[in-house]
Amino acid sequence: MSLSASSEAAATPGAPGVLDAIEGAIGQTVAIIGHEARKLSHDPSELLLRAVQPALWLVVFGSVFTSIHAIPTGSYSYLQFLTPGILAQSVLFIAIFYGIASIRERELGIITKFLVSPTPRAVLVGGRALSASMRGLSQAVIVVVLATALGVRLNTDPLAIVGIVVAIVLGSALFSTLSMIIASLVKTQERFLGIGQLLTMPLFFASNAIYPLSLMPSWLRPITLANPLTYLVDALRGLMLPGYSGVFPVGVDLAVLFAVTVVLVLAESRLYPRMAQ
Amino acid sequence: MGSTSPAPVLETHELTRKFGELTAVDRLTLSVRPAEVFGLLGPNGAGKTTTLKMLTTLLPPSSGTATVAGYDIVRQPARVRRSIGYVPQLISADAQVSGYENLWVFARLYRIPADERDRRIREALDFMGLSVVADELVKNYSGGMIRRLEIAQTLMHRPRVLFMDEPTVGLDPLARDAVWEQLGRLTTHFGTSVVLTTHYMEEAERLCERLAILHRGRMVALGTPAELKASLGRPGATLEEVFAHYAGAEIETTGSYRETGRTRRVAVRLE
Repeated sequence: MSLSASSEAAATPGAPGVLDAIEGAIGQTVAIIGHEARKLSHDPSELLLRAVQPALWLVVFGSVFTSIHAIPTGSYSYLQFLTPGILAQSVLFIAIFYGIASIRERELGIITKFLVSPTPRAVLVGGRALSASMRGLSQAVIVVVLATALGVRLNTDPLAIVGIVVAIVLGSALFSTLSMIIASLVKTQERFLGIGQLLTMPLFFASNAIYPLSLMPSWLRPITLANPLTYLVDALRGLMLPGYSGVFPVGVDLAVLFAVTVVLVLAESRLYPRMAQ
Repeated sequence: MGSTSPAPVLETHELTRKFGELTAVDRLTLSVRPAEVFGLLGPNGAGKTTTLKMLTTLLPPSSGTATVAGYDIVRQPARVRRSIGYVPQLISADAQVSGYENLWVFARLYRIPADERDRRIREALDFMGLSVVADELVKNYSGGMIRRLEIAQTLMHRPRVLFMDEPTVGLDPLARDAVWEQLGRLTTHFGTSVVLTTHYMEEAERLCERLAILHRGRMVALGTPAELKASLGRPGATLEEVFAHYAGAEIETTGSYRETGRTRRVAVRLE
């Protein structure tokens, strides 16, 4: 062991500048994502348990509604129409409880160590939001495998696959940041779980996940259009179903998801430090 | 650092924090020298943790000023953060990953250059006597090992000041001795100053060069353990008597249910 007491603090970056700040922020984001990836790799049980729910929706709900032809979905089978909706739902469900980690880390004290490090708050929050997409992407693999096994025909165009990944990353980041905001506001597990449960179902049913917008009563439509999940479903449908034209162009859907995510990350950057006060 | 009175590495001036009606820290003025171990002593609710939270930029002060490593805690928080380490009272190591991985994330957050990262991580683990268990998951660590890991997490970027909130609460005597020994080596090796809170008199006496006794947010005494004992004016006075004299007989009366719960939880988790 040789510790050089005189060695200069090599951690101190050189000339302070915009480039340096950007480089630092990227490195710190990688650090947070890498840390979350390691946690998942040591205990992937949650990811496997999460496969149960989309499986039930596709196999039971999807099969029944496909055979009774209750919901008109044009030239697509109902199961085909449903698959992107269930994928979006899985992304929502796994992200909306992500804030529980913030609460656990607050109760322990882990959060203070991160906040005392020289990491910009927006990087701490944004890094966590991007980490959440690893969970969302694991859901995508499960849903796509299941749907393919059920005979659903999906796009295999490489560009579409890239688009699907982008949509899932944005959707996961959006809903996990929303979840972290709730955690920062309520601070206790009990209240957090209550609000999480309360939010999930309205977000899911007031969207186009399991039926087309055209079927909705007119009073529900504006609510649906204010629901970010609608844009995730619309993007995924446009990307996954061959020749599908959604409510909006995919680019518009992705832009809406991106803009909402940025606003939420900035808001949570202000709230997050209160978790350590 | 050869001069007779080196510039203080930490200075507060009338530092104050209010929570509504309650003044948690009341016009605190003190300074800490390089490589000094400085103790904040006081009963629960005296303002020790609030003081640390302000000095580590977690909590803005209501009024007053403070500089750490020459940087203002309100105007230059990013620079302060780069110059300090903080070991909170609650557990700050992540049980779900290994000891090495707990350090890796902070090596990157503190922007240790890639070619130095592994060396610094191993060095810090080695310094705290954790090399053998570096790749074990932290959930299998003992309480003393967790505390030493939490200190190791703060060493890689060579902080000027290390803040520790109740560093040995919930540890058995053997683990506590190990932590004390490593802390002593830290100041001699790196010239790091340590600011710690405690309500263990033995810890204060053994580790701290100077002590500030806080009572209801105000500093009621300041000095070396010997000076404080002499201030009572009777020979053979113990630090317990000093504490009772300045902080009143309130040692056990002010801890709230919440605080007690927290302390016990830490103790249980550190088992």
